[in-house]
Amino acid sequence: MTIALDLLAPYDFAFFQRGMVAATLAGALCGVLGVFVVLRGMSYIGHGLSHAVFGGAAASAVMSINFFVGAGIWGIISGVLIGRIARRKIIGADAAIGIVTTASFAGGIALLNRYGQARKSIEAVLFGSVLGVSWVDIAAILAVSLAVGAIVLFAYRAFLFATFDPQVATVSGERVAAIEVMLMVMLSVTILVTMRVIGTLLISALLVIPAATARMITNSFSRMLMLSPLIGALCCLAGMNLSYHLDTSAGATIILVAAAVFTATYLLAGRRARLRVASLNHL
Amino acid sequence: MGVTINSEPLIRCDALGVAYGAGFVLENVTLHIRRGEFVGIVGPSGSGKTSLLRAITGSLAAARGSVEVTRGTRIGYVPQVESVDWNFPITVGEVLAMTRTRRHWPRTTRSERAEMKEVLEGLGLHGLEGRHIRELSGGQQQRVFVARAMFGKPDILILDEPTSGVDVRTRHEILHLLRDLHSKGSTILLTTHDLNGLASHLPRLVCLNREVIADGPPRETLIPEVLERTYGAPLHVLEHGGMPIVLDHDYTSSEVLRDTERQMRSERESRQ
Ligand SMILES: Nc1ncnc2c1ncn2[C@@H]1O[C@H](COP(=O)(O)OP(=O)(O)O)[C@@H](O)[C@H]1O
Ligand SMILES: [Mg+2]
Repeated sequence: MTIALDLLAPYDFAFFQRGMVAATLAGALCGVLGVFVVLRGMSYIGHGLSHAVFGGAAASAVMSINFFVGAGIWGIISGVLIGRIARRKIIGADAAIGIVTTASFAGGIALLNRYGQARKSIEAVLFGSVLGVSWVDIAAILAVSLAVGAIVLFAYRAFLFATFDPQVATVSGERVAAIEVMLMVMLSVTILVTMRVIGTLLISALLVIPAATARMITNSFSRMLMLSPLIGALCCLAGMNLSYHLDTSAGATIILVAAAVFTATYLLAGRRARLRVASLNHL
Repeated sequence: MGVTINSEPLIRCDALGVAYGAGFVLENVTLHIRRGEFVGIVGPSGSGKTSLLRAITGSLAAARGSVEVTRGTRIGYVPQVESVDWNFPITVGEVLAMTRTRRHWPRTTRSERAEMKEVLEGLGLHGLEGRHIRELSGGQQQRVFVARAMFGKPDILILDEPTSGVDVRTRHEILHLLRDLHSKGSTILLTTHDLNGLASHLPRLVCLNREVIADGPPRETLIPEVLERTYGAPLHVLEHGGMPIVLDHDYTSSEVLRDTERQMRSERESRQ
């Protein structure tokens, strides 16, 4: 009885409730996009993009532009550009992406050091902060989740075709380039709205781990697309609760839970399932 | 077998030139393909076969001349097996359904499932809808992609090297399947470097090496003069049961074969 009460204790706090809702939604959202990130071998891009968005966030904070407007514009532009560069498979493209996004990240840190209010805000964006989650953040995550869900459902077949077989999809008249831009925009916006909950440094993990875990469990694309957001949401739910009781950072705890789920699945799954993950590019 | 070859070409390449950057890989290619035809493009690796297909499908622009595909022509493209990501989480049913992008919902409709079943049955893939593509035999794997192309009800089926990287049995299976589809009315264009296993069984061959060296039935195109210009090395041709058999370089030193070939050539000339 007391244990049950103890487990429910954090829910007495409004900030925890908000953080809980935001994190669970963020987990599901990253789970959906993670499927494309993992299957297209884009985890490196997700990583770079979150760093680029951080630069935009810092710049807009310093110039007192609204976070969503400033970082959003910056994020979408860099997302589309990174997608372009990566698509053309130029030698050294990965290095170029790495340099530009890391520079954006470093610039953001420098800006906050010089003009920012405190170290606290840097920490909040790097590692996320449950305390800082507002209803505006939740509304933003919800809006993006609904939009991404609707787009992925509505254009499911085209997305699948363009991801699995871009060459033949092009021949068949699919607008593969438009679909890729769409993916990069969704990815940028997702990073933007989830950044304040999960934190810049940990977003790319949430984009990769649930999807990779789902990949081990199933061999079907549609099932992977259902499982991955489910795993993402559950990991966030569990991670949030654990972080309260262990008094650890929410973002870090969520990732540790996700990593534990991945490891458990890896150990329990057969050799074949492990090979499926081994075959993913750039994991 | 009741196949009508319509006089209006579906695809016409006229004096087509294709280049990557400054270097031309195809020059002055004129090739017309009509409805109901079954055409094989042969040539050594690097001769521009894939580039020609890419020009026809519109993924590569013509640098000179023109490529015209009759308006509204649906192309069913079957990629090389080597270019498929076999580790992608996807089932046979999902491979077929993804081409129907007009429908904006993941789930297949009842009529789509019925159609899918018909296509799969026609290709001997009955009951494999739920299988992962990796869990199929080599021949089944190739056929899944033929099935995907057929599911789009194409006007022309285009296959790039359908028998490369497959074993002898699968090669037979594929040849058999394509002949069957052709006899049922499909228009087929393929590339191959497999002269004896595939090309010599087709009604029309286009020998390609930067340009069209010859165009016609195997009896006219699989002859030493054409093959030497296509492959840049002397190749010997035997005849077996009315069908040309090309001997590759390993045999060219054999005096016996050379004599046999000479004998055959004089026979052919005396027949003409
Ligand atoms: N993307 C490319 N960029 C530059 N050159 C290419 C490209 N693709 C093919 N080539 C060149 O074009 C020539 C024809 O290639 P290809 O059409 O693939 O021949 P095939 O299919 O007959 O083997 C080759 O010399 C090849 O090196
Ligand atoms: Mg080729």
